[in-house]
Amino acid sequence: MIIGEQKPVEEIKNMLGDAQRILVLGCGTCVAVCMAGGEKEAALLATALRMATKLDGQEKEIRDYTVQRQCEFEYNENAAELIEWADLIVSIACGIGVQTVNEQFPAKRTVPGLNTTFLGRPDTQGIWVERCQACGNCVLDLTGGVCPIARCAKSLLNGPCGGSQNGKCEVNAETDCAWQLIFDRLSALGMVDLLMENQPPKDWSTSRDGGLRKIVREDMQL
Amino acid sequence: MNDGSNLSKLFASGQFAVSAELGPPKGTDIGVIEKKAAYLKGNVDAVNVTDNQTAVVRMSSIAVAALLVQMGLEPIIQMTCRDRNRLAIQADLLGAWALGIRNVLCLSGDHQSFGNHPTAKNVYDIDSVQLIQMVKGMGDSGQFQCGDPIEGESPAFFVGGAANPFGDPFDFRPLRLGKKAKAGAQFIQTQMIYNVPKFAEYMKRVCDLGLHERVYVMAGVGPIKSLGAARYMASKVPGMDVPDEIVQRMQDAPKEKRQEEGVQICAEIIQQCREIPGVAGVHIMAIEWEETIPDIIQRTGLFPRPTSPE
Amino acid sequence: MNTTFEPQITAFTCRYCGGVPADMAGSRHLAYPPNIKIIALPCTGKVDAQYLLSAFEQGADGVCIFACDPDNCHHISGSKRAAKRVAFVQSLLQQIGFEPERLEIFHMGLGQAEEFVCIIENMTARIRELGPNPLR
Repeated sequence: MIIGEQKPVEEIKNMLGDAQRILVLGCGTCVAVCMAGGEKEAALLATALRMATKLDGQEKEIRDYTVQRQCEFEYNENAAELIEWADLIVSIACGIGVQTVNEQFPAKRTVPGLNTTFLGRPDTQGIWVERCQACGNCVLDLTGGVCPIARCAKSLLNGPCGGSQNGKCEVNAETDCAWQLIFDRLSALGMVDLLMENQPPKDWSTSRDGGLRKIVREDMQL
Repeated sequence: MNDGSNLSKLFASGQFAVSAELGPPKGTDIGVIEKKAAYLKGNVDAVNVTDNQTAVVRMSSIAVAALLVQMGLEPIIQMTCRDRNRLAIQADLLGAWALGIRNVLCLSGDHQSFGNHPTAKNVYDIDSVQLIQMVKGMGDSGQFQCGDPIEGESPAFFVGGAANPFGDPFDFRPLRLGKKAKAGAQFIQTQMIYNVPKFAEYMKRVCDLGLHERVYVMAGVGPIKSLGAARYMASKVPGMDVPDEIVQRMQDAPKEKRQEEGVQICAEIIQQCREIPGVAGVHIMAIEWEETIPDIIQRTGLFPRPTSPE
Repeated sequence: MNTTFEPQITAFTCRYCGGVPADMAGSRHLAYPPNIKIIALPCTGKVDAQYLLSAFEQGADGVCIFACDPDNCHHISGSKRAAKRVAFVQSLLQQIGFEPERLEIFHMGLGQAEEFVCIIENMTARIRELGPNPLR
């Protein structure tokens, strides 16, 4: 899922400008799971912004509302009335949600209260870890299910580099070396021979490098 | 054997080859290069020119190498994957060939977080194995990586790679050398060796795989400048193995004698590595201490160097 | 610094080691400052960041949590969770522009009625020093 982290209160407050009626818009999907932008977080942020702006001597009306999923027009319709009421919307959905609300309600300005950080999963409670880079050409079958693009700091396809030591990456001693993990996994599966194949240079055109991506399913279109 | 490369010819003639590193200046001063080159000329067979080593910006490897060619030395340019994509690399290589450079060492490159521009975007379009394959392909088939033909003379570089006998997973390291050999590497330079028995173990596995007959392995060595340097390498540099005895020797030496001890340790390691089967040469890394090279060469009996065989 | 105002303090307690001392102090008629609003929860693990922030938004000058000792929580880990949430809200208060010292968690043993009184008195003195809620 998409993982994000709320921006500091100060930074969000500085985006409010002269707006008098502010809607903090949360999202009930990915960002709720990573406890950054869901219903509870929206309510708490609204409280914090009310307190902070009042301390600054400002009289702003700040309300909050949370939709099921901010990346879909039909769910955002439920927030239409409040969006209409607001001068400014602070969205604490991921960057996709922020852009969707801007596209769906272009007469209103929606600003980001969250930094979208990565694609990943929850580890233990309170910890989220990165796993995928959305490169558009998945090779997890060749690496025993460990992604070298996301988890190797150099995105090597024929790793490890010389800096792998004690199973850790040279960039961060707490980060597992992806290629150690790949080697261990393939060893356990009896498939180390896969590593003796030299992988050719990656086609990055399926990734962000190739330009904005789009998928069309004609069989699904109405 | 690559006709254009003196280093290649030296290996082919069965002689033990010696290379050393030259760190480019963090600026535009050619005088720095001339000074370092003076220590190396006649003392080594080839000179590695580093490429934004440890992700700190220095004069480009190719520019410095071109100057070395003018000075009558044999450079090996280092090419990393961190800062350039496959287009820039190939373009640079065409230029390097035109400037008289004949040897390339292919590396992944230290991550930019180590250096002085940690907020930069990194490239890593290809990795070192793919780079070796691409460079070898340019020479062997006269084609760019995309398959288009290269106009004119094919740049048949003498292609090298790096190996770290002390990195993890240890069991995979000789196999990874095999990957580089398969990709077309012709010579290999290793990470600095202080743990000779472990390196010997690595070389045994390399020889068991028959790789010593496919690539020329150069043992990486380096003099230790101070006790602090020894401790730093022992604990802070990923992929380095510095045994306690080495650190202890530096500590036991009186302070004014430590640099001498650091040079002596290097000379001893060179001599020990010469005895290990499969070792075809030595690569001396005395970054910012190039003035010790002549002394090291003298102590190990590697002086004089053979002139380029014809 | 305002020496004449009476601090309004909201205290969240659990029904065990956090709350019993407060009850005991009451039943033993131990005097303590009167402007304390006690909100009893089944466990301090129920304390949400929202409760703490809302208490300040609604005018509390100070907020305390009285919880079980972290190694002796009746519900095992409730008071540990409460402690973490208090730390989180203290940091949030700082970002908002409030003094984080207005909020604190105290870990109690069952019979500590006198300690309860002492804590309330100290907290009241602290808040008096800090002044009224900045929002007022």
